[in-house]
Amino acid sequence: MKGKCWKFGNNINTDEIIPARYLNTTDTKELASHCMEDADPDFMKKAKPNDVIVAGENFGCGSSREHAPIAIKAAGMSCVVAKSFARIFFRNAINIGLPIFECPEAVEQIKEGDEIEVNLATGEILNNTSKKRFKFEPFPQEMQEIIKSGGLMNFVKRKMNVA
Amino acid sequence: MGMTITEKIIAAHAGLMEVRPGQFVYADVDVCLGNDITAPIAIEEFEKAGIKKVFDSEKIVLVPDHFTPNKDIKSAQQSKSLRLFADKHHLRHYYEIGRMGIEHALLPEKGIVAPGDLVIGADSHTCTYGALGAFSTGIGSTDLAACFATGKVWLKVPETIRFVYNGKVRNWTSGKDLILYTIGKIGVDGALYRVMEFTGSAIANLPMDDRFTMCNMAIEAGAKNGIISPDKYTEEYIKGRVTKKYKNYQSDPDCKYAKTYEFNADKISPQVALPSLPENTKPVAEVSGIKIDQVVIGSCTNGRISDLRIAAQILKGKKVHPSIRLIVIPATQEIYKQAVKEGIVEIFIDAEAVVSTPTCGPCLGGHMGILAEGERALSTTNRNFVGRMGHPKSEIYLCSPAVAAASAITGEITPPDDVGN
Repeated sequence: MKGKCWKFGNNINTDEIIPARYLNTTDTKELASHCMEDADPDFMKKAKPNDVIVAGENFGCGSSREHAPIAIKAAGMSCVVAKSFARIFFRNAINIGLPIFECPEAVEQIKEGDEIEVNLATGEILNNTSKKRFKFEPFPQEMQEIIKSGGLMNFVKRKMNVA
Repeated sequence: MGMTITEKIIAAHAGLMEVRPGQFVYADVDVCLGNDITAPIAIEEFEKAGIKKVFDSEKIVLVPDHFTPNKDIKSAQQSKSLRLFADKHHLRHYYEIGRMGIEHALLPEKGIVAPGDLVIGADSHTCTYGALGAFSTGIGSTDLAACFATGKVWLKVPETIRFVYNGKVRNWTSGKDLILYTIGKIGVDGALYRVMEFTGSAIANLPMDDRFTMCNMAIEAGAKNGIISPDKYTEEYIKGRVTKKYKNYQSDPDCKYAKTYEFNADKISPQVALPSLPENTKPVAEVSGIKIDQVVIGSCTNGRISDLRIAAQILKGKKVHPSIRLIVIPATQEIYKQAVKEGIVEIFIDAEAVVSTPTCGPCLGGHMGILAEGERALSTTNRNFVGRMGHPKSEIYLCSPAVAAASAITGEITPPDDVGN
């Protein structure tokens, strides 16, 4: 995972990530076109595939709408790095396979426009612009199993032996 | 070492003697819930996975309440997908217009949730049912799809924070004020991933409707669930509603809390949360005089009969200020009917308020009261995020039904004392 960073503050909520006025559809492309709209109306004009959202504390707070991580994933973002995530957003991201990382130190030091690279094997975020490295805690084993299966439904299917 | 009420309920549903915070479990679900925004994705995921049968047609609840009565063609399609799924899988608990209500008022009213239950819902305010002594938490659509298939949910056992409210709740002060005050103290991530367990003499004397309000807003502090141990008020409430077997759990005296906060309820006055986070709370007296354009009384937080009663008590014989649009939304058909019987609806209409069918509507900026640019609402709902009720440049102030009703009369934020009947 490698991309240019877009920085956001603390408590970015799901209404900012995908406003409720767009929740009358489940079309992922349509949701993606409004990604982050009420936090930054120009976000989708500026952001490119593989870019990274970098945010402060409690990213994704508010509603349980899975449309929020879906919009980010469908917008082509490679991952979200935050100081912390709201819990429903956190589990939704795991369940649908949107990579997310908690790393307060990296968030502090990453500047908007920096290019970062996430190395899952070593548990490191490398800032290619500033050349700094940051370690992040890997997820518990049980969550990694869900991620490795490619999301919760694949995990469930495997467990239930559904083809 | 003992366990908290939350740990006991999770352990019982994971087939374990005990669980500890941080532990990862797969728990059996008693009730799982979806609405017209979240269930369509769950249904798509369930069908895409090729699973033919739901785990239990009695334990899945579908309530089209957010954009209903359908506000446009797209939302009508979403509601239709719920209806078709409910029909196909013979779901017992599908609630159509005319029988429905805002989900978190409806489920307790219908006796679907009982003390000791483990409930998940693809709606963040599913934490409401903690007021019945259940473990109840919000999850996403894929979680719901997985639960449709397996009847289980993955959970990391949360730590518990205890909130003790000593003393007595003051006149014009409600559960809404206690919870707004608390979120103001601990912040919107003050209970992140954790349980908010509410206790103390003020809670022991708090009516059920106020308890629902408090647990409903636990999510606004980032909590996994809010919970109150069942007592005589709980028993009174569920009598005649809950017909299934249930179990009352209590926290052990030697259980472990991550933290304890103690508040004196006598010192808590009616609160207002300023834009654009529920943690920006101030006593109403400090923000009185702020001009508003719209007042909303309703939602899963404050659309219950006692909320309407207190608003009616204040509005009786008075008129809504000419510059204000007052929208009142009884949360369920039963509450609506009760309000008609008691003459409450007549009081609202005479005061020149509009009374709507049950819907989440304006709370999430769906329909039935969207704000224009630069407009300001005072609302008994639960979130005042940027753009939540409409235009990104509109503002929302959160408060109790008493403050909302008083302010609807004066046209500006007003303590209920100033106009109270």
